[in-house]
Amino acid sequence: MTHITVRVDGTTYEDEVEPRLLLVHYLRDRLGLTGTPIGCDTSNCGTCTVDLDGATVKSCSVLAVQADGGEVTTVQGLAKDGEWTALQRAFHEQHGLQCGYCTPGMLMAARDLLRENPHPGSDEVRQALEGNLCRCTGYQNIVRAVLAASGPQASEEATA
Amino acid sequence: MTDQAVEHEIGRSRLRKEDARLVTGQTNWTDNIQVAGLLHLAILRSPMAHARIARIDVSPALERPGVVAAFSGADLAEGLGSLPCAWPVTEDIVLPDHPPIAVDEVRYAGDPVAVVVARDRYTAADALEAVEVDYDPLPPVLDLEAALAEGAPLVHAGKGTNRCYTWPLTTGEDFAAVRERAEVTLRRRYHQQRLIPNAMEPRAVVVTPLAAAGEYTVHSATQIPHILRIMLAVVTGIPEHKLRVIAPDVGGGFGSKLQVYGEEALALTVARRLGRPVKWTESRSEGYLATHHGRGMIQDVEIAATREGRLLGLKVDLIADMGAYLMLVTPGIPLLGAFMYPAIYKMDAYEFTCTGVFTTRTPTDAYRGAGRPEATFAIERTMDELAAELGLDPVEVRRRNWIRHEEFPYTSIAGLTYDSGHYEAATEKALALFGYDDLRAEQHVRNQRNDTVRLGIGVSTFTEMCGLAPSRVLGDLRYAAGGWEAASIRMLPTGKVEVVTGTSPHGQGHETCWSQIAADVLGVPFEDVEVVHGDTKAAPQGMDTYGSRSLVVGGEAVHRAAVKVVEKARKVAAHLLEASERDLEFSEGAFCVKGSPEARRTIQEIAFETFTSHGLPEGIEPSINAETLVDPENFSYPHGTHLCAVEVDTETGKVRIRSYVCVDDVGRVVNPMIVEGQVHGGVAQGIAQALYEEAVYDDQGNLVSGTMADYLVPSAADLPDFVTDRTETPADTNSMGVKGVGEAGTIASTPAVVNAVVDALRPLGVRDVRMPCSPHRIWQALHSARSGGAAGAGAGQSGEPGKETAA
Repeated sequence: MTHITVRVDGTTYEDEVEPRLLLVHYLRDRLGLTGTPIGCDTSNCGTCTVDLDGATVKSCSVLAVQADGGEVTTVQGLAKDGEWTALQRAFHEQHGLQCGYCTPGMLMAARDLLRENPHPGSDEVRQALEGNLCRCTGYQNIVRAVLAASGPQASEEATA
Repeated sequence: MTDQAVEHEIGRSRLRKEDARLVTGQTNWTDNIQVAGLLHLAILRSPMAHARIARIDVSPALERPGVVAAFSGADLAEGLGSLPCAWPVTEDIVLPDHPPIAVDEVRYAGDPVAVVVARDRYTAADALEAVEVDYDPLPPVLDLEAALAEGAPLVHAGKGTNRCYTWPLTTGEDFAAVRERAEVTLRRRYHQQRLIPNAMEPRAVVVTPLAAAGEYTVHSATQIPHILRIMLAVVTGIPEHKLRVIAPDVGGGFGSKLQVYGEEALALTVARRLGRPVKWTESRSEGYLATHHGRGMIQDVEIAATREGRLLGLKVDLIADMGAYLMLVTPGIPLLGAFMYPAIYKMDAYEFTCTGVFTTRTPTDAYRGAGRPEATFAIERTMDELAAELGLDPVEVRRRNWIRHEEFPYTSIAGLTYDSGHYEAATEKALALFGYDDLRAEQHVRNQRNDTVRLGIGVSTFTEMCGLAPSRVLGDLRYAAGGWEAASIRMLPTGKVEVVTGTSPHGQGHETCWSQIAADVLGVPFEDVEVVHGDTKAAPQGMDTYGSRSLVVGGEAVHRAAVKVVEKARKVAAHLLEASERDLEFSEGAFCVKGSPEARRTIQEIAFETFTSHGLPEGIEPSINAETLVDPENFSYPHGTHLCAVEVDTETGKVRIRSYVCVDDVGRVVNPMIVEGQVHGGVAQGIAQALYEEAVYDDQGNLVSGTMADYLVPSAADLPDFVTDRTETPADTNSMGVKGVGEAGTIASTPAVVNAVVDALRPLGVRDVRMPCSPHRIWQALHSARSGGAAGAGAGQSGEPGKETAA
């Protein structure tokens, strides 16, 4: 067992974990932060995407021990004081989700895109979301949502 | 019920109520469930397609720290019945036993052979490795036609045949006679490759026993909590009233969760044996083996026509891959298609035969569209082939054959009565949006120039049967349940409204749409309505969600229940307002006396008055709640025209979708935003079949495309923007005029895309490309055409003979 200290969505946790424990299972099973779901076992689907120290990672491909000393943001940490981010609002307003299972990962990947590129074109959005699969929407409204949320405000929120 | 409020909610793009929990991660997926003492169940699966289990020993797994129990199939066999097939389509169908876990023989790679239960999921997964199994290999059964031959190895040896059933449908004139008099006949063979549904949420089940009461709560990522409860009672012998099934938030289904799975029965059985809560969650790779597949058919299609392109007759010989076992509705899937091959066309003769075949592969069952995409593909591909044969425009061939607007209602040769439709209007709108003539002109220029990148244009004009289904029809087809749906409306004392529905959504937005319907009829604010679903205790009656039935049957039930509430409230209002019921008007949620608008009671006030019951006269029951069960009088028949333009690089074989336009007619629309979203997703799934996806097996029956890395679910980068529009021809067979939309996009898009691909390559001698039209397949088809092989029918990759005769 290895001792880790991780800050997740603003709260610091100290735990003893098996070295092989995946970050996503640590979040879900140990911390009860089930907002980040699992969709595959080959890192293809992207539903488990979170932010680790400013980089988006698929949390099924990172060990919990690798997050030691780090800061993780999940979908559950996006809204501040109950106020949704521009991206969350845009996904809602543009009907960018149906079953919603891929949505946490989509939000995290899109947030990362807008942090890097506050004014992407639709092709850039499609390329940026290539690692996140959705089976319900056909992606069109997801792309629309990301474009709707682009601009200075989104960039500010994403880097906050 | 023709008040103004109706115009306010139905037809409005209300943002979804569901979204708040989904965009903030406050969801309730089955795998999220944590209860005290929870154990994790892992399943050891057969690595072979077909083998006898010579020896199995689970005891080494028990020695691992953290392992609580381990069972072989034989250990669990007592009290665990066969998984149900609810659709024995013929009297003489072969119905093999389907044990939830194999006892002596495995019949597909992935068939469960042992379970391990441990304190956490890692320990459980590890301990599987300790289970010892010796297999004696048996020959796999993989080729659908060879499986039917005399002396073929048998999937179920005790049954003496791999033929599951033969189901015929012959209507109109004798096809052979019609063929005799036809000027043109065409024969084509199409392959519907196996598909893996890929709902984003893997399947999961959590069983919590309440030991003292002998009760069990089963949370499952299922589309069908009500059917699951009945079937789990049958399989395990636990009385139905001791089972509560809850489908919490469910992350997509597409038919794959319209199922009663062995894992659900196993988790229940193990929880019962141990008296402890048990969770099983599939990994994606496990799901690829164990969650049912879709499609999997060979279609031989023959048409007879005149030189003017008028269809005279259609003959379809279908071989359908059942897989190793019959799941809930496996045999019935091709029958849903049987009625749809004639599609929107008039003809004199129709002859259909389906032969179901067992193979040593994962069982097949419903996948988005279920039988209807396959049928639509075959007829729409063949209409294009007829157009090519006659040198006619593909749209013109369709015009010459379809049912005209003034001919509705029209009884198709397959015996379905289409209540309403307007194929001309949808097609004209789609052609205009698409810029059909301009694209054809550009195609001509590019062909003349001999461009290496060819332009192809594909059309698909389709109808489908939705709103499953009138119970009497299901009875005629030997389906073992009704097709009704339940709804009730509870008017709460504070004026808020609970709508209880028997449908069980998994992304379709029922909470929003059912709120709109109820708010509309009751004249209450949208926000005042809450929708309760997916829990057999809270919503005790229902037939669940599949086959685009939810709105047409379930939404209709909500509508009718709301009308009942208004009528019950009218009696109370009449008393309170001291007026006769006849003198009351109901508008914007309130009753008032005609001519005296000040004498007014809202339906929400009446809910409170009935709660207190202080002023109700004798004979009026103190409730305006209402419930209803709706059995649809007919299917509904959405239709539409989809057009696709592709660019095919003849050097690389790569297909790029340049534009995609569809005009769907789904009758009256409750929420246009949600309808558009459903069309997008459906079209994406149909394109995926056309271009990307296939469950590939090797010659030993191993699933080669066994992970998401090998099975190409398209990403955002693979798909274009779609142009969607609508025409609106209300259904005549329900009070709202709705038709259903969940499957339309998938049904229509696959032939539109493949027609476009073939259209691009036809000048180069290619007459077919087998799905998925991957770069490799396209390159092969071109290569075969260049070398003159099989008339360039794409025979290189499929072995199809590309038969054709022109009289």
